[in-house]
Amino acid sequence: MSTTTVAHHDDHAEHPTGIMRWLTTTNHKDIGTMYLTFSLIMFLVGGSMILAIRAELFQPGLQLLNPEFFNQLIGVHALIMIFAALMPAATGFANWMIPLQIGAPDMALPRLNNWGFWLLPPSAILLTLPFTLALFGIGDGALATGWTFYPPLSVQGGIGVDFAIFAVHLLGISSVLGSINIIVTLFNMRAPGMTLMKMPMFCWGWLITAFLLIATIPVLAGAVTMLLTDRHFGTHFFDAAGGGDPIMFQHLFWFFGHPEVYILLLPVWGFIPQILEAFSRKPMYGYKAQVYSLWAIGALAVVVWAHHFFTAGMPVPALLYFMYSTMAISLPLAVLFFCWIKTMWKGSMSFETPMLFAVGWIILFGIGGLTGLVLADVAADAQYHNSYFVVAHFHYTLFAGGIMGIMAGTYYWLPKMTGHMYNEKLGKLHFWLTAISFNMTFIPQFFLGLAGMPRRIPDYALQFAEFNMISTIAAFVLGLSQLIFVYNIVSCARGGKKATDQVWEGAKGLEWTLPSPPPYHSFTEQPVVK
Amino acid sequence: MATHSNNHYYVPHGSVYPSIISVGLLSLASGFIFTLATDKSKELAYLHTPGKWMMILGALIILAMTFKWLSSVVTESLTGQFKGWEDKSFRIGMIVFISSEVAFFAAFFGALFYMRVLSVPDLAAFDPLYTPYKDFVGTWPSIGPGGMVLGTEYVPDPKFMAMGWSGLPAINTALLLTSGATITWAHWALIKNNRKQLIIGMALTVALGIAFLICQGLEYHHAYTEMGLTLGSGAYGASFFMLTGFHGFHVLLGTLMLIVILLRCMKGHFTPEHHFGFEGVAWYWHFVDVVWLGLFIFVYIL
Repeated sequence: MSTTTVAHHDDHAEHPTGIMRWLTTTNHKDIGTMYLTFSLIMFLVGGSMILAIRAELFQPGLQLLNPEFFNQLIGVHALIMIFAALMPAATGFANWMIPLQIGAPDMALPRLNNWGFWLLPPSAILLTLPFTLALFGIGDGALATGWTFYPPLSVQGGIGVDFAIFAVHLLGISSVLGSINIIVTLFNMRAPGMTLMKMPMFCWGWLITAFLLIATIPVLAGAVTMLLTDRHFGTHFFDAAGGGDPIMFQHLFWFFGHPEVYILLLPVWGFIPQILEAFSRKPMYGYKAQVYSLWAIGALAVVVWAHHFFTAGMPVPALLYFMYSTMAISLPLAVLFFCWIKTMWKGSMSFETPMLFAVGWIILFGIGGLTGLVLADVAADAQYHNSYFVVAHFHYTLFAGGIMGIMAGTYYWLPKMTGHMYNEKLGKLHFWLTAISFNMTFIPQFFLGLAGMPRRIPDYALQFAEFNMISTIAAFVLGLSQLIFVYNIVSCARGGKKATDQVWEGAKGLEWTLPSPPPYHSFTEQPVVK
Repeated sequence: MATHSNNHYYVPHGSVYPSIISVGLLSLASGFIFTLATDKSKELAYLHTPGKWMMILGALIILAMTFKWLSSVVTESLTGQFKGWEDKSFRIGMIVFISSEVAFFAAFFGALFYMRVLSVPDLAAFDPLYTPYKDFVGTWPSIGPGGMVLGTEYVPDPKFMAMGWSGLPAINTALLLTSGATITWAHWALIKNNRKQLIIGMALTVALGIAFLICQGLEYHHAYTEMGLTLGSGAYGASFFMLTGFHGFHVLLGTLMLIVILLRCMKGHFTPEHHFGFEGVAWYWHFVDVVWLGLFIFVYIL
């Protein structure tokens, strides 16, 4: 039967066009493109929210936003950036690149893959709908608890909390489906000859990410379900009067929340070494050491959660355990850093935009990691907890470590995906504007935090005024320079200089053996890897 | 590494069902939120009726599309699209899915252990000078010390009794363990191509599943009407009903899946070599069984 060939539906030329193509597609590249486009749109939405917040913080006092709305923007900004911008971007690359990198005909479970994406727009609607409903007098807007939903505030909160709970449920289903698909693809779809230890590093990063998602996302689903029943059905999970404990929510939430950090970062740790090796024109240093380090970090990720609430109250042995286990993560991470640097060592390096982002990423993510060590210290954390120091720290890990990494990957693979070269001058301009304005935004916040400015507060004392002013101006430069990124992607997708199959001189891997852009069905016959 | 001999993997046609299911989920979720809105602010009571209709609409969409989706998968299976390579994908996928379900139950078991070992004893251990809960003894089972809950008086029900393990729960354990045996018996029959034994085994498994659900219904009824044990009965009630409730929901889903498989067996589907649909459901059923054993030990006996 003709249906046994992978090229079946192409032979019959029956995949629909227009909107139906995207609604019904089972093609991994189409689905990857949808993920990446969705992620870019939500990145701009989440970014505009934070610009409103920074505008309010430009001066002391309340000027633009009322405190309730300010709180809502803070929480929704975080949920959007984490769940709707960063995670879909990584999943988008996984969909595009994993089948190409391992020589597979497609993802293993294509229809499930399609469902995984189409759960995202409904969740984005659930997250933002309360803002719209409030305009019509229904409810009082989105959740005002921050993205962490801590009870008792989240038990008391209005309709926005319920919307966020169900948005998290849908996002969780989407992540679990995506992870199932990626694990199955990596275990079952590799080309003959490609053993696990020959897999590209990006595949390793994603495999461990997928395991972390499978282990932790359902726990978050359980936690928000308990929150829902505490809110509406009379349970007392987070209520001392019934024998429960609000701090139990923090344990459940961060059992998910800390691995989530690595869920966001591991895919990036996967492809950054590939970019470094391509532009250093020499083989990746310490492939095995990197794989083992990724596993070590993945394992440690699920046993360190309580360092997010040292100040909530815990027995001293627990504090010590969580402090030491957290600090232990820096050992495998240091191995990774040395491998990244050694990959570049004595290489014949060139600095196209992906490489600029990758090198800048190492430095900035390094700052994020080192400030994390400071926060892991129980005694020091007593001062820094819930201050702007924490805000600056996790933006160094998640904006520099996450989003700038994604940008490196975008410039690296964009010519492969679109078949056109992007504008190199604009790319470099985007990098320098981003790197400088990012540091200008967040370095002042380290000082603000050390001086005692608390996070999530719309007003502040006069002595914090100068640093906040600098931070706000830089944040607007940072936000506006992302328009260059959007312009560069759109114009690259629409046309430009033809990209070669290899694209980058030193790029390694099966994806570069295909034409740019790859045909609708990449590998009709699996390549054999030696 | 793919060890398959043929180099073709079945990539299905595009399908509109997944995206329509997502619309159904959106409708179900936002409808549910609207029906609950009146809890937090009375002036939103008018959302209750539209919310209910949105829920019904969403549920119908999800059911119809799931049915269509699964029947297209069954058709593909019957027309021989799934060979060994595709089959292996389904197997790994099912294992990973069941792992995620384990993590979901782990959250509720974790909550049970936390409250029983940490928060309930801690609430009783405060210095009497500094606690509003002077008379509270932190023994398990506990409904907590009581007191003010977010502005509404929370009075523990004095009639409160914990659920013993020896009556209905012991019967339920026997039912589920037996059903695990009957489905394995049916599986052996399928491999031996003994269709009669297969159908009898599956029918017995379905019957045992339904019997379990009836017993659990009786148990809940007993708890609410005679024991004063409700969802609101503090730490014990919350963990008891959420754990057994989610488990019961999984048994319900599993029973529905078993019924579908039974009907497919009766229509002559599945061969001794090729029956992932059967095995996937059997794995799921065994998983539900194992969760029950955990519940029986940690919720009922200990």
